[in-house]
Amino acid sequence: MEAALSILIGLFFAVATYLLMSRQLVRILLGIAILGNSVNLLIFTSGRLMREVPPVIPEAFQVPPGPIANPLPQALILTAIVISFSFFAFLLVLAFRAYQELGTDDTNEMRVAEPTGEASPPQGY
Amino acid sequence: MAATDSAVDLSQAMRLEPVLPADWLLVAPLIITILGGALCLMTRKNTAAQPKVAIIFLTLLVLSCAGLLAHVLDKGVVTMVAGGWLPPFGIAFTVDALGATLALTSSIVALCAAVYGMTDVDNSGRRYGFYPFLLLLMTGVCGAFLTGDIFNLYVWFEVLLISSFGLLVLGNERAQLDGAVKYALLNIIATTLFLIATGLLYGILGTLNMADIAIKARGAGSDGPLMTVAVLYFLAFAMKAAAFPVNFWLPASYHTPRIVIAAVFAGLLTKVGVYALLRIFALLLPEARIALADIIALVAIVTMLTGVLGALAQTDVRRLLGYLVISGIGSMLAGLAIGTTPALAGAIFYAVHSILVMTALYMAAGMMRALGGSYSLRELGGLYRASPAFAAVFLMLAFAVAGLPPFSGFWPKVILVDAALVGGHGWIAGAILVTGLLTTIAVGRVWIYAFWRGGPEGTADGQLVAFAVPAPEAVGANVWLPIGVLLGLVVLLGVQPEFMMQVSGRGASTLSEPMGYLRSVFGGVAR
Repeated sequence: MEAALSILIGLFFAVATYLLMSRQLVRILLGIAILGNSVNLLIFTSGRLMREVPPVIPEAFQVPPGPIANPLPQALILTAIVISFSFFAFLLVLAFRAYQELGTDDTNEMRVAEPTGEASPPQGY
Repeated sequence: MAATDSAVDLSQAMRLEPVLPADWLLVAPLIITILGGALCLMTRKNTAAQPKVAIIFLTLLVLSCAGLLAHVLDKGVVTMVAGGWLPPFGIAFTVDALGATLALTSSIVALCAAVYGMTDVDNSGRRYGFYPFLLLLMTGVCGAFLTGDIFNLYVWFEVLLISSFGLLVLGNERAQLDGAVKYALLNIIATTLFLIATGLLYGILGTLNMADIAIKARGAGSDGPLMTVAVLYFLAFAMKAAAFPVNFWLPASYHTPRIVIAAVFAGLLTKVGVYALLRIFALLLPEARIALADIIALVAIVTMLTGVLGALAQTDVRRLLGYLVISGIGSMLAGLAIGTTPALAGAIFYAVHSILVMTALYMAAGMMRALGGSYSLRELGGLYRASPAFAAVFLMLAFAVAGLPPFSGFWPKVILVDAALVGGHGWIAGAILVTGLLTTIAVGRVWIYAFWRGGPEGTADGQLVAFAVPAPEAVGANVWLPIGVLLGLVVLLGVQPEFMMQVSGRGASTLSEPMGYLRSVFGGVAR
């Protein structure tokens, strides 16, 4: 199970990296979304996958009798999901506003803050 | 049920004694800024009251951070755990001299920005939340400096990042949206890398508490998966700190927002990245630092030199200052690359100096705009006649950023060059000195063009061009006061460096000899 998920995570990272290298803002955003999900899946998998055993310690024991899924990574993922979701929402609005104002979603053409062909700085005194 | 309950000895898992009043100092900066931010948010339509509320809470923040630093200098490293759960299970706040010093410096800068913002941020900017964002940004910055848990560090990074997004797009101009797209995308990728590394680290060591990681990672060797984690951390925080070659988001975005926001960003954000690098590579993964030392040194040297060369090639004063921020990051990384206790102390001192002087310089750029009507070196001129006092102030700040005595930039560079030569890193020492020279030229050019020249470009020698009288509030006390306070600190650190040297030495020795840090977290329990 872990092996299959590891391959899937690797695939996710590859897709995300490919999309992040695109020039189109929408593709970059899709890359960010996939990247965030692949990280969540990575943390989830690293916490051991045990579907059948609940992570609850029976009353007679001080520690779990057998291997159980570690609940802490799942708590971490919950935090990470909330954060990446809110960031993604902000990014969507930002990208849309940037498209409205700049009239392009090509990052190579977004040169308002750093215009191309700027004159060189003053050279004489 | 009752039988099993009594069989459990809670003292093995929890601190049962009540929290000492002094321990509340550890979380006071967070409580103050969150409460203040919430109050500012609720009253954001009352634009007249906003700055007052923010200044009151930021003053409280400065006082609590000063109290915290005094407490740490008195007691050594202090720890507070959430809910009383003993580390490594409870989320720990562990404060040493490094974290407390940086938190204090940052809070002073934030207070100065709040005062400067009374002039620079108009009613619409206040209504859209300049002050709430500023206070919540400080929550993130202070939380990052004070926490002792690596996942908690990630959360504080996100808090400061989302607040910085809000500040960056405040005003909604075209250039801002353009800069914000690049800033936001690259910073989100950096925090994602940070999260990947933290997830893998938990998978390897099974702990998130920094002290626990420091214990378990020692002796784990510098090869294998831990090295992968270290490289990921280095890449993530180098992006945050704007080290070459992952620094291009900084000059693309820092000149776009209002000048007071750029001042806060230049002072604080990149230094949080440097702080995380120091904490992780000097305290948590020292063996990985040794293995990566050559790469860190290379990155440091190239960052220093490309930063200052970029500054030489700029026309816009704000972009020039942005490149100087990057150049300073290289000096701090040099301290990490050398890695001895004096070198780390130099890096900490440099971070404090850089926070103060970069903020002051950006605020001074705002003043130049108010006096001369532009940020462009081609259009500025004759500011010396407009305000001789301000010309002197700018010259002092310029000397400070270039590392000339008797200002704050001198001593950290002395420590770093000395540590580099002692450690046999001649290249680093040479790069620091060359960078100092080039920085002097870069800021000297600003002074010559903007202050000394009679008027804008093309003004003949000896001719004096008249300029418009600036609006009185644009060069009033709200602008002079913060610049004056920061300049005062810069001069004070330059002529009386003993205190800061002692404090940064304490911070550095906690990093390189972490027994005090570990004992504070685990209460002297042998593990």
